[in-house]
Amino acid sequence: MLLIRKITKSTLSLLVILLLSQFSAIAAPDGAAIFKSNCASCHNPLKDATGPALQGVDKRVPSKEWLHKWVKNPAGTIASGDKYANDIYNKWGKTQMTAFPNLSDEEIDAVVTYVNGVKPPTPTGGNKEGAAAKEDGSGWLYPLITLALLGLAVILWRVNKSLRRVVATAEGQTVKKEIPFYRHKVLIAIAAIVLFISAGFFIVNGGIQMGRQQNYMPEQPIFYSHKVHAGINQINCQYCHAGADKSRQAMIPSSNVCMNCHKGINEYTGAAEHPLVTAEGKKVDGTAEIQKLYEYAGWDPVKKEYKRDAQGNILAKPIEWVKIHNLPDHVYFNHSQHVTVGQIQCQRCHGPIEEMDEVYQFSPLSMGWCVNCHRQTNVQFENNNYYSLYTKYHAELKAGKRTGVTVEDIGGLECQKCHY
Amino acid sequence: MSQKKYWKGLEELNETPAHQQVVANEFKEDLPFDISGGLLQAETPRRDFLKYLGFSTAAAMVAASCEMPVRKVIPYAIKPEDIQPGVANYYASTFVDGGDYCAVVVKTREGRPIKLDGNTKSSITYGSTSARVQAAVLNLYDKARLRHPMANGAESTFANADKIVTEGLAAAAGKTIYLLTSTILSPTTKEVIAKFLAKYPNAKHVTYDSISYSGMLLANSESYGKRSLPSYHFDKAKTIVSLDADFLGTWLSPVEFSYQYGQGRKINAKNLNMSRHYQVEPTHTISGASADYRATCRPSELGAVASALYSLIANGTAPALGKNLNELLTKAAADLKKGNGLVVCGSNDKNIQVVVNAINSAIGANGTTINWAVESNYKQGIDADMVNLVADMNADKVGALLMHDVNPAYDYCEADKFLTGLSKVALSVSFADRMDETAQKAKIVTPDNNWLESWGDAEPKTGFYSFMQPSIAPLFKTRAFQDSLLTWAGDTTTYQTMWSNYWTAKLGGQAAFDAALQNGIYEPATMSMGGGSFAGNLSAAMTAIQASPKGAEMELVLYPTVAIGYGGAWSNNPWLQEMPDPITKATWDNYICMSPKTAKEKFDAELTSITEVEANKKQAKITWNGKELLLPIVVVPGMHNDVVAVAFGYGRDKGVGRAAASGTDKDGKLIGGKNAYPFVRFNTTSQTFDYSNTAIKIAPDNSRHEVAITQTHHSYEGRPIIHEFTLEEFSKDPEALLRERYAEIGHYTTKPWEHHDAPSKGYDADMDEKFRDEGTLYPDHTEKPSHEAIHWGMSIDLNTCTGCAACVIACQAENNISVVGKTHVLKAHEMHWLRIDRYFSGNPNDPDSVQTVFQPMMCQHCDNAPCENVCPVNATSHSSEGLNQMTYNRCIGTKYCANNCPYKVRHFNWMDWNGADCFDDNLYEDGRRDDMNDDLTRMVLNPDVTVRSRGVMEKCSFCVQRLQEGKLEAKKSGEPLKDGVVKTACQQACASGCIKFGNANDPESEIYKIRHSEDKERMFYVLEQLHVLPNVNYLSKIRNADKITAGSKDDLMVNKSKLIG
Repeated sequence: MLLIRKITKSTLSLLVILLLSQFSAIAAPDGAAIFKSNCASCHNPLKDATGPALQGVDKRVPSKEWLHKWVKNPAGTIASGDKYANDIYNKWGKTQMTAFPNLSDEEIDAVVTYVNGVKPPTPTGGNKEGAAAKEDGSGWLYPLITLALLGLAVILWRVNKSLRRVVATAEGQTVKKEIPFYRHKVLIAIAAIVLFISAGFFIVNGGIQMGRQQNYMPEQPIFYSHKVHAGINQINCQYCHAGADKSRQAMIPSSNVCMNCHKGINEYTGAAEHPLVTAEGKKVDGTAEIQKLYEYAGWDPVKKEYKRDAQGNILAKPIEWVKIHNLPDHVYFNHSQHVTVGQIQCQRCHGPIEEMDEVYQFSPLSMGWCVNCHRQTNVQFENNNYYSLYTKYHAELKAGKRTGVTVEDIGGLECQKCHY
Repeated sequence: MSQKKYWKGLEELNETPAHQQVVANEFKEDLPFDISGGLLQAETPRRDFLKYLGFSTAAAMVAASCEMPVRKVIPYAIKPEDIQPGVANYYASTFVDGGDYCAVVVKTREGRPIKLDGNTKSSITYGSTSARVQAAVLNLYDKARLRHPMANGAESTFANADKIVTEGLAAAAGKTIYLLTSTILSPTTKEVIAKFLAKYPNAKHVTYDSISYSGMLLANSESYGKRSLPSYHFDKAKTIVSLDADFLGTWLSPVEFSYQYGQGRKINAKNLNMSRHYQVEPTHTISGASADYRATCRPSELGAVASALYSLIANGTAPALGKNLNELLTKAAADLKKGNGLVVCGSNDKNIQVVVNAINSAIGANGTTINWAVESNYKQGIDADMVNLVADMNADKVGALLMHDVNPAYDYCEADKFLTGLSKVALSVSFADRMDETAQKAKIVTPDNNWLESWGDAEPKTGFYSFMQPSIAPLFKTRAFQDSLLTWAGDTTTYQTMWSNYWTAKLGGQAAFDAALQNGIYEPATMSMGGGSFAGNLSAAMTAIQASPKGAEMELVLYPTVAIGYGGAWSNNPWLQEMPDPITKATWDNYICMSPKTAKEKFDAELTSITEVEANKKQAKITWNGKELLLPIVVVPGMHNDVVAVAFGYGRDKGVGRAAASGTDKDGKLIGGKNAYPFVRFNTTSQTFDYSNTAIKIAPDNSRHEVAITQTHHSYEGRPIIHEFTLEEFSKDPEALLRERYAEIGHYTTKPWEHHDAPSKGYDADMDEKFRDEGTLYPDHTEKPSHEAIHWGMSIDLNTCTGCAACVIACQAENNISVVGKTHVLKAHEMHWLRIDRYFSGNPNDPDSVQTVFQPMMCQHCDNAPCENVCPVNATSHSSEGLNQMTYNRCIGTKYCANNCPYKVRHFNWMDWNGADCFDDNLYEDGRRDDMNDDLTRMVLNPDVTVRSRGVMEKCSFCVQRLQEGKLEAKKSGEPLKDGVVKTACQQACASGCIKFGNANDPESEIYKIRHSEDKERMFYVLEQLHVLPNVNYLSKIRNADKITAGSKDDLMVNKSKLIG
């Protein structure tokens, strides 16, 4: 019950958040949102990163029209021989900016307004601890009350019995000698059966739990905080986990993806607002962790260039992360099925990842857990033309015979959906 | 009745007691204890059982209580832009093996090739493949491949090798330098060779093919003035006469011809056009099995047969050969005269080929079915050149010999002479990818890249180009053959640069080049057609044929097999070694093929021991010219009674690899077969190699040898399962099969209390549906899936199936199917999810009466599956899409399902074949198949399919991983699943297009049309009367002949009192 309540709660709150963000997006171009989803991976409003600091950009560039043209088609602007464009291009090591032809002029202006409004962070007192809501602590009360009531029942029953005996003795009836409970055969038998059943129950349950790693939170080679990246800095999950929408694997990003931003961001400046602390309480120096990344990525932070071997290959070595979410080999799981087709939020399985400094396994990843979700989740039936095959269900939906089509209804509980 | 009984082997025909016993004991495995005195009195009594139970529980607890290991997840350091982990990339490329050609698409996952499929854009192969093309990806990961250059038998570097070679070539100035290669299809490689020859004026290029077509080349040169091969159009032929040419299995370009042949054999009730195929052959090939009319002859008679056919066509002279041959030739001549005929001949004798050219010219085949405007380049070797080269080597005239893709020390008929000559050559260089027989004797070995690691091209036919691009970087320190030659020619450009410059210039720019590379091919829009005028000396050829020596009592035919062909690297391919030969169904060995009558009468190989029940075969010794060949006798119905046949490709050196090595294994058993090449002769009259030996002596031998034959594994116990008609029967009465089916199941299409009249047509149009509903008392099992959206179905056309086994290997590659090794094939433990059952009909004593049918058999995905309801743990269940699902992680290995399967398509993992078990020391090893478990070879595994561990059952899944992927792609694009987008591996591999697959609920789908309109008259289900409701249907076999033997008076299955012996 509790679990279901929790899921409902979180789903509801998620829905509310989604709705809210939708509304604000419709109202007017949201400079902050556009900036974060499109520009933030290379630009910082206040300081130079992969690209230049953007505050006051409208004052620097030749004209507003020029800026619009540049954002939509930087390559074309450079090719046209525009002097300002070529100067920037050369100044920034001939790294060309990504084109954003989909942004409208209004949206670009909104971004400019936003970056101009950004103020340098003022150091404030440390973030309050325990931001995450404490769990509802009343759960333990019920068994206690049950136990107390049971105890009371036993006492009352004993009292009642003793009183009867007293009455019987007083009335001169013969009373059988009472057998102590530890020699009472019925009681012993009952106790034995209860023990056997509960032992079986716990052994079986323990067996089922074997190989499961819920809450597994290993130490990683680099203290990479999802909270800092996905939470505070709002980087889209799929910027790094670029496989989630198109592949079986969500993909751990290679270090050159990290370097897209960390070429510019070489220190952790948020220690004041959000100090990094391991689960054991050890303080972590974010800047030192970025240095570790440079070591792996083969980046020379002093010269600001990659270290290369004689053939010109970057001297990068892969980061050996500890795998947290382990599925057995006989399970086939495809991220894109869930992310792209099912439109499931990452958090549904991975939990509040944007609040985790160190990632842990949020869900049990058990078959029961998978199956449960497949039973409850509705398929994106109306929006995806693939499902037009399911004419029978469409007819039933139209006739009001069913309210939705769950994954189970289209065969989502069958063995070979995941095992082959 | 069209549904006849066939026999898989003589033991089934004769129902010997031993055979019955084998059939009864489906699982050839003794229980681990003796229960002869009753279960409780058994040697392993109850108490031991409890001990085992206790131990296994304790072991399980210990194993399970271990900590979860820490697993690493390692991303790319720098991710290549075009690789998305978990998503396959496809690259068009070209399979070239000597002159064998196939346009392919390479599937790669995370940068490693895992599967090859045909390139449908090619107008030569049309996406067809063969077993060898399918298996080629395994050769890339062959553990026996050389990992570095060799100099004088020791590891070396390319720099060192280059130094030795350039010095050696310079020192060879007074003598001739020979470049010896197999047929080269690549135009740029020919340029490279030209550059090399220009640098060394004393150098010559000699082409040598292990299986030579010199006879045809010379005959064409004489007849048409062109020393080349034409293009054949089997699809345009109305009459095909093949004189010992196994064009569907091994002759010239079987992939191409199988596709064409399939086109001419597709028929239905509305379109009754079908080619007629005559085959005359000494042995039994798969082309013979597909033929409408077949007769046998001695190999020494083949010239006479060709001459007789010519005389019939030209003068109407009645032939004077055997009765059956006379009849066949007379019929064939009459049909050929009607036009659109095609005669092909597998002989390498120039004179016979001249006669065949004369026939084709007389029937007007040139310009209709034989195309001289577009020549085929598949074979270019001239045998006499090779013989002269060996003579020159022995005469000490050769200064240097560079050998590319040839292995004369193994496959040259006088290998000893070649080796003696080689020892006299100062500089010998091999480009072999392994230390094969020749490379071991060469001073320098500079290993060539595998073709999957190479840039390259091919021109299989004039003006038809095909491109090769690497799908993986070279795994080892190897270098392209062309780069080696360029280096030695003093040219500093790399082959890749030269190659891309050549094609960019030729195709007119970078864009055209890129497009061609992406398509894999560059071809003219249509194939031009042209004839040729015959100008050969026919009478001289006929005189030479008449003068050719008569055969001895028995004659020997030497043949390449469908699986490993001429040998080469294929001998070390465990997939191909374990692929049952289409006709003999034998694996892992070569042997003497012999007709049943000869085996019985002359070799005292009495029935029970020569046939498949007793794997330990009697041996015979073939001797000729001081050479001998001691091999086991395998009985092949349909062989000429005076002919024995032995396959090439066996008897390899251990340097070729563990699977290929011959000799004795660790238990002292002989393995790997014998080399048959020494029995090839050089025919001085025709100046060609002769792949039959008419001068041999053969004698019985008392020794025995085990041959692993899968023939009667998975027996139907004689139940009729195939429908066969003649074309005439079918055209007169196409609905005969529907009526027969109704006679069988009609009674069960109504409710028991309902009155049922026979329908006026003789059958009920809705009988399938009615039988589904009414054929059982338990309606729950037959309910259609709730959503009614997808119901997968497969259709297999027995008429176009040639038995080539490309599907078997494709299935193995796609689904990570284990190789079990000879020892376990002997125990019927082979794991092939898809097998091709081969059935004979006719009288085994009369080879000409034998007709053969192939039936691919895999899980039928029954909607009312007998396997599903006997599983105690629900490990096999039915999906709403009609799949019979096998869940490995749930299976506890009771084998009840396999016992209950009427099709015998379930396979049990008796051993830990591939280290998938969690226990360390459980891996099965036999010394020959073990390289499959090497980390290198494991790269071939399909990451989307579970590798099964010991103790679980497995079977065909309809390639569920492909179905899921296809559906997912459709969902992502938001489009309904289109018919034909999802293909099973077997379907994709099939050269003749006999397998169709799709959603049977979709009225627009091909499978729906086959079942409900186009082919409904020919459609049937195997063992339909059992009401298991299979999702695989078959289309009846139609022979374009007067009669079919099955069920006729010639068939011993009908009249068993006439048993042989």
